[in-house]
Amino acid sequence: MKLTYTVEEQGFRLQVRQWLVDNPPKQPLNSFDTQKGFEQHRQWEKTLASGNWGMVTWPKEYGGRGCNLIEWLIFEEEYYRAGAPLRVNQNGIFLLGPTLMEYGTDEQKERFISAMASGDEIWAQGWSEPGAGSDMAAIRSKATRDGDEYVINGQKIWSSRAVFADWVFCIFRTDPDSSRHHGLSFMLVPLDAEGVTVRPIEQLNGLPGFAEIFFDNVRIPVFNRLGEEGEGWSIAMSTAGFERGLMLRSPARFQQAAKNLMELYRAKRNDILDLSIEDAVVRCYMDAEAYALSTYQTASRLMNGGQIGAESSCNKIFWSELDLKIHDAAMRLLGARGELEADSEDASAELGGWLDGFLFAQSGPIYAGTNEVQRNIIAERMLGMPRK
Amino acid sequence: MNFTYSEDQLTYRDTVAALLSCEVTADSIRARWTSAQGIDANLTQQLADMGLNALLVPESCGGLGLSELDFILLAQECGRVALPEPLVENAMAATAMLSEVASSDLAAANQCQDTLKQIATGNASVACGHWINPYVNMADTSHWLLLPHGDEVHLVSTQTVDLIAQRSSDPSRRISKVNWQPSRGTKIAGGQQGAELWRSALNRGALGVAAQLIGLAESILRRAVVFTTDREQFGRPVGANQAVKHLLADCAVSLEFAKPVIARAAYAVANSPTRADWAVSHAKVAASYAALLTVRHGMQVHGAMGYTWECDLQIWMKRCWAIDKTWGDVGFHKNRIHEWLLNPNALMGAEHTFDKSGSPSDESNSQQGAG
Repeated sequence: MKLTYTVEEQGFRLQVRQWLVDNPPKQPLNSFDTQKGFEQHRQWEKTLASGNWGMVTWPKEYGGRGCNLIEWLIFEEEYYRAGAPLRVNQNGIFLLGPTLMEYGTDEQKERFISAMASGDEIWAQGWSEPGAGSDMAAIRSKATRDGDEYVINGQKIWSSRAVFADWVFCIFRTDPDSSRHHGLSFMLVPLDAEGVTVRPIEQLNGLPGFAEIFFDNVRIPVFNRLGEEGEGWSIAMSTAGFERGLMLRSPARFQQAAKNLMELYRAKRNDILDLSIEDAVVRCYMDAEAYALSTYQTASRLMNGGQIGAESSCNKIFWSELDLKIHDAAMRLLGARGELEADSEDASAELGGWLDGFLFAQSGPIYAGTNEVQRNIIAERMLGMPRK
Repeated sequence: MNFTYSEDQLTYRDTVAALLSCEVTADSIRARWTSAQGIDANLTQQLADMGLNALLVPESCGGLGLSELDFILLAQECGRVALPEPLVENAMAATAMLSEVASSDLAAANQCQDTLKQIATGNASVACGHWINPYVNMADTSHWLLLPHGDEVHLVSTQTVDLIAQRSSDPSRRISKVNWQPSRGTKIAGGQQGAELWRSALNRGALGVAAQLIGLAESILRRAVVFTTDREQFGRPVGANQAVKHLLADCAVSLEFAKPVIARAAYAVANSPTRADWAVSHAKVAASYAALLTVRHGMQVHGAMGYTWECDLQIWMKRCWAIDKTWGDVGFHKNRIHEWLLNPNALMGAEHTFDKSGSPSDESNSQQGAG
């Protein structure tokens, strides 16, 4: 065990820090759940890609830097420290990208990865259906082979970023006689294809952060199938593993939020009568640090040949509940002014983005597999409790 | 950066774990409850023969010269079997404190070196009566006691003190109050050096408790899984119910996120003393929350059985409840963290999770939390 950064790692940190001083937009961007903000964020993705900072863990041939996981964590720490914009293409770069590298053919990698890295193609995720939420294996949308094409019919829902995105990755039922997790295939679908209808769904903050997608005889080439027919479930699970595992929510995000919370606490603590607030902020800081330590430990293990298993479900529960706790404490510190939207007459810098973050934090225990489903996974796969 | 234990550390842990799981059973622990001294003399000698008492003692004094990071995995295993013998407390706090004096320029260094050599051969033992704890566990089976008088550290023969036995809710613990008189002859350190010795002993003692709590709680969790898998109601195992699964999943989550915190604390104590206060307090608090949650949920899923004297679960539960409050309770440790966080010079933020280099001199003491 050696819990210090090497000279190379420190040098890498300084390199990232300098780039993030020089390059991010000087003014905050609009939300990427607006047309204007989406294009602003796409532009930022292009800027990142121009410096090969879009996805540092990717191989150099795909616009990355071939960084290891420790360097990725350092990059993320500097990224959140700099307050750089959120990643509009996170579905693509964090989820689909690694899956493509593992399961894609050379031609598919050639076609999709560079365009993803450059921000030219922003990806949405299409897994849930009206009848298949937590129970994803219940999906019914079909892709029927017709020569060199598939014909897709059905409906997806809760697709994040789908309103403005260019492509969506989905799993469809390719074997009509199959059930559950058999007979599914992983498909890449352009959202401007004929027969695709995207109906925005407004989220709790009033912006169309996700959508329903209707497929009406949509034709895509067989080339757009990732992996073999019938392998969709296992490929999707590996993507879900990345999502819950390491990539989706790096600890730096929460460490930065916990640090901001401490600053708010220092400023407001003498105005607060609630005796339990001290306990709340200390626990938030500790838990954010614990999440970081755990992630470094997992990263070290993976770099030493280990695998990520059911503990990715532990991660998902821990960060989503931590995010709730951090924002709950912040709202308690802000008191009755916490309800102010940023464009209110009486709003001030002190309010920060806490309200937006508070609303978003409510979704954490729900998306990427509800925390109840994660607890089932932990109980059955990690602890070995009986399924029935 | 490499946050993994070495093969050697894991192998040594497995060796110790194998011995402990053979020698320390619930029945043998219950047998200790009714014995005069409350410890197994044969096992005590076996542990000494393996060098465990003197793991942190320098090789020049006959010890193994290993670090807190090496010991922490063993401490978890001691917790896992609910070892009644005070191995962790004595090795982590008392013996390590003597080692610090033995390696110093204090006049008592030679005396401490001699005592350590006795400890390394299993011919002597030392317990620590730290000011933060009202009682000393197993004082009567120790030859020597380290006792505080203000900041002074005294090394006192157990034969010269009055031990007033108390009864712990955990029958495995033999705690006593110590009545004694300090004298010039017993003092081995004082002033700033004494205060530092007590402070580092507190960190090591708290770290040892944190690690034991993890082992104790993991054992409770394992028992809870086995019980709820075997026990059937409504025609199926009670563990098939989500309500039961989710109670135990929450325990697993809190334990998973306490373990790296404890590893970091052990690393800080061994390699990065300016960070030790903060890191140890975090470890103690995290272990405490995880262990007490696991005790509560572990007992709950045992139903009425968990509330009986007959059920062995009490051995682990009562140990958790008792040692959780020793070496600084949650309030003490959370308060140390709170003071550190309010320090205007506190190094907060993700880039400060770890030291920049292995050298503690890189960070000045002004950045350290209050003690």
